[in-house]
Amino acid sequence: MVRSRDSHARTTPEWRVGRRRRRAVAGVVSILGLLAALLVGGASAQAAPAEGSAGEEKVLTIAVSQEVDSLSPFLAVRLITTSLGRLMYDFLTNYDPKTGESIPALAEKWETSEDGLTWTYTIRETNWSDGQPVTAEDARWTFDTMMKDEAAATANGNFVENFESVTAPDPRTLVIKLKAPQATMLALDVPILPKHKWENAGDFAKFNNDKEFPVVGNGPWILSEHDVNNSITLVPNKDFWRGAPKFDKLVFRYITDPDAQVEALKAGEVSFVSGLTPAQARSLEGADNITVNKAKGKRFQAITLNPGAKLQDGTEFGDGNKALKDPVVREALVRTIDREAIYKTAYGGFGEANGGYIPSRYSDYHWEPSDAEAVGFDVAKANEILDAAGYAKGADGIRAKDGLKLSFRFNVHANNPQYIQAAEMMREWAKEAGMELKVLPVSEVGALLDAGTYDILTTGWSVNPDPDYILGINRCSGLPAKVGGPYLSDAYYCNPEYDKLYAAQLAELDRAKRAEIVKQMQEILYKDNIFVVWGYADQLEAFRSDVIGSMTPQPDPGGNFNGQDGYWSWWSATPAGEESNEDSGGTTGNTGLVVGVGAAALAALGGAFLVARRRGGATADDRE
Amino acid sequence: MADIVPTSAVPHLEEVRDQPSGMPGARLERERDREAVRRTAAYVGQRLLGAAVSLLAVIFTSFFLFRIVPGDPVRVMTHGRPVTIEQKEALAREFGLDKPVFEQFATYLLGVLRFDFGESFQYHRPVLSMVGERLGPTVLLVGASLVVSALLGFWLGLQGAWRHGSTSDRVHTGVALTLWSVPSFWLGLILIVIFGSGLGWFPTSGMKTPGVEGFEAVLDVAHHMVLPLVTLVAVVYAQYLMVMRSSLLDEMGSDYLVTARAKGLRDSDVKRRHAVPNALLPTMTLVFINVGFVLFGAVLVETVFSWPGLGKLFYEGLSVPDLPLVQGLFVIFSATVILMNLISDLLYPIVDPRVRP
Repeated sequence: MVRSRDSHARTTPEWRVGRRRRRAVAGVVSILGLLAALLVGGASAQAAPAEGSAGEEKVLTIAVSQEVDSLSPFLAVRLITTSLGRLMYDFLTNYDPKTGESIPALAEKWETSEDGLTWTYTIRETNWSDGQPVTAEDARWTFDTMMKDEAAATANGNFVENFESVTAPDPRTLVIKLKAPQATMLALDVPILPKHKWENAGDFAKFNNDKEFPVVGNGPWILSEHDVNNSITLVPNKDFWRGAPKFDKLVFRYITDPDAQVEALKAGEVSFVSGLTPAQARSLEGADNITVNKAKGKRFQAITLNPGAKLQDGTEFGDGNKALKDPVVREALVRTIDREAIYKTAYGGFGEANGGYIPSRYSDYHWEPSDAEAVGFDVAKANEILDAAGYAKGADGIRAKDGLKLSFRFNVHANNPQYIQAAEMMREWAKEAGMELKVLPVSEVGALLDAGTYDILTTGWSVNPDPDYILGINRCSGLPAKVGGPYLSDAYYCNPEYDKLYAAQLAELDRAKRAEIVKQMQEILYKDNIFVVWGYADQLEAFRSDVIGSMTPQPDPGGNFNGQDGYWSWWSATPAGEESNEDSGGTTGNTGLVVGVGAAALAALGGAFLVARRRGGATADDRE
Repeated sequence: MADIVPTSAVPHLEEVRDQPSGMPGARLERERDREAVRRTAAYVGQRLLGAAVSLLAVIFTSFFLFRIVPGDPVRVMTHGRPVTIEQKEALAREFGLDKPVFEQFATYLLGVLRFDFGESFQYHRPVLSMVGERLGPTVLLVGASLVVSALLGFWLGLQGAWRHGSTSDRVHTGVALTLWSVPSFWLGLILIVIFGSGLGWFPTSGMKTPGVEGFEAVLDVAHHMVLPLVTLVAVVYAQYLMVMRSSLLDEMGSDYLVTARAKGLRDSDVKRRHAVPNALLPTMTLVFINVGFVLFGAVLVETVFSWPGLGKLFYEGLSVPDLPLVQGLFVIFSATVILMNLISDLLYPIVDPRVRP
């Protein structure tokens, strides 16, 4: 290296060094020029959208991370698309945001026969967005297709499982006959589709409802544009029977990265973000023009203890620690869980510690143990019952009986930092009671569940306004029929008493009486200590208060805006008052700032370069 | 004076020497030509065969690789949704997952032979049309970053080697290596925080502003592309800089440069005409390797900036796993790399006579 530099220096006349220098200067200047062009281009492009959009147009932009799987309600299973279905199509019924009860929507009213097997709905007189009338035939066709075509049943087939027949004797009357009474007939979360647009769609396994825009619908919003992987745009349905939405446009924008979503909110590119982490929520709490919403969680967090994986016929499989078959061991383990501490520490205080299976936001169906019933945090009690049951501590401090060591594999979803932190806390507490938890983060618990090769694992489920489904997964019939076959829950739970109550609640049409049964079921589940709920983390959302003046949460008050079981939030959202106008005018001012800062940056860069050049020149001369 | 051969006569002399002198010489020449053609054909054939074997291996691996990945598509897609066991079984049937693995493999193979990678589980659409949709954004972003970083790296590497040891050389090398070791998603986020939400110069993410059309849309895309482009260039240009710099340094000690200078050529000509073309060879290989990876894109950068490209699609497909989608993408990505290597293998002898067969 040194030699070659010297030889190079010797062979380079002084004037050529100068020439080289000039060329380098030219190069750097051209780079600076490019930068300047970028800056100016950036500034002008930034100004463009503000000028491009009509001055008074009020746009509500929501950040979403999920992509559209399918715009066909027969196929759509993701939250983003099922939520879009709520906006695009009216359902027979909706849920009252205040009480959670089913209220009229497309069905104005309904009647039930004495035996509970025949339901007659009166369809509201409205039009599709293409002007055709909405009739009972549309509803009949939608349900009937789901019953007869396996592809059309992909997403919502469960709702028609118990249907005997669906008929439309006249344009306003829909009659559904059931095989057995079911209480969920006012919770049919199925978008009703326009038959005239859909009956010739072809193979429903391949039809994604994405060829013709705007998509004909009858909900509060009409989907007018889908720019794949970029944005989804909806315009108000001016004739919506409950009243037209107040924003001029509703735009869902893809922003994959959660931190980038927060930055986009701060920059004002979007007006609403959801799914915030506790840290993100806290960082946004002080920000200007941003309101953080801590909604009562729709989802419970839990662990399931493996009581011995078994098939529907009772055949056992897997290698779960047999000690967990002993109710005493399960109770002792649950006694070591400090739910309050989990929500305080792992969830940063954004959540509610509660052992009830149905989240507290569903006040009618929610059950929680009284102080006397609670299997609460009590390590001394855990030690006491384990001692009494004959589980003695070994030399390593871990209890055992008949060769069964109380050492458990604890599989935790590796992509969930809260679960991992809570699991680490549980490990410490369990140790105090002579039990060992080996915390094993895994990317996917499914394979372990299939094979029954786990002891404890973390889980979480979203609960709908109607509790039927979430209760149903823990039936004995939800177990797999063969190893590796499909199953519903992730707990290998089977209790005939629970199953009996499940059937009773489904057949009970009186809401209050049904709620009583649902509560009993939760009590049984709680006492079995197999499906152990920690509580409900808050759903953290934030929005720009300079864009959105008000909107209806679900439940109201205390609920969430995004992912509602209904269209309340985006339908009711009202643009903020005068402030928003001033703000949109501010973009121009911002452009000036950008140009100014850009110029300053250029000057600084140029200066730095000159200094570096001079210094570089001096050292080169010194060397020579 | 008359003895001195004018420089212009030198080629002429060589011509004379190479001139066939009678029939035996001509036959020898033809023989040599035929030999060269044979060797070239063998070389090309070997490369083609190699590429075909690699491609076949990729097609086989792709099928089994993603079946080893833990995860049951039916369970992942239905988790947390009110579905009956019948619905789950119907879904498995629709995906063909109820059939024996051997049969699934046969279906897959027959499909690949017809360029049909099947239909995505999640999106109910043909994999190829989804790839087509996202090819543009990825090629635009990663292609632009390749060009910019290669040019920037060449230029800085050239300057650095020619004036190695100088302050600007040390600064450029230091900066490039520092950026090279920065994780791209982290740098991307920092840029978003500073230039996106902080100063508001650039959009924080995405490729377009909804509702912008016409020529403004072109500006809009360019505007959205600045931050992801800067991120990609910043983390990769160092490799071009370092390769260019070191290969030029290697050349700078060479005798032929001394000769060139001794002939009285100007320094810039020595650099441009003699040193740089030779130093470019290793860098060219690097460019071809990277062109092969253009489609694979930059999964992390696309994710951080929500750039609607193939990288993001692959990432989403893996989490299910959406078997037809990830299989198809894997084959397409690998095929591009294989093709680019093939092209580079075939071009190299043309550019560099020393490696001619």
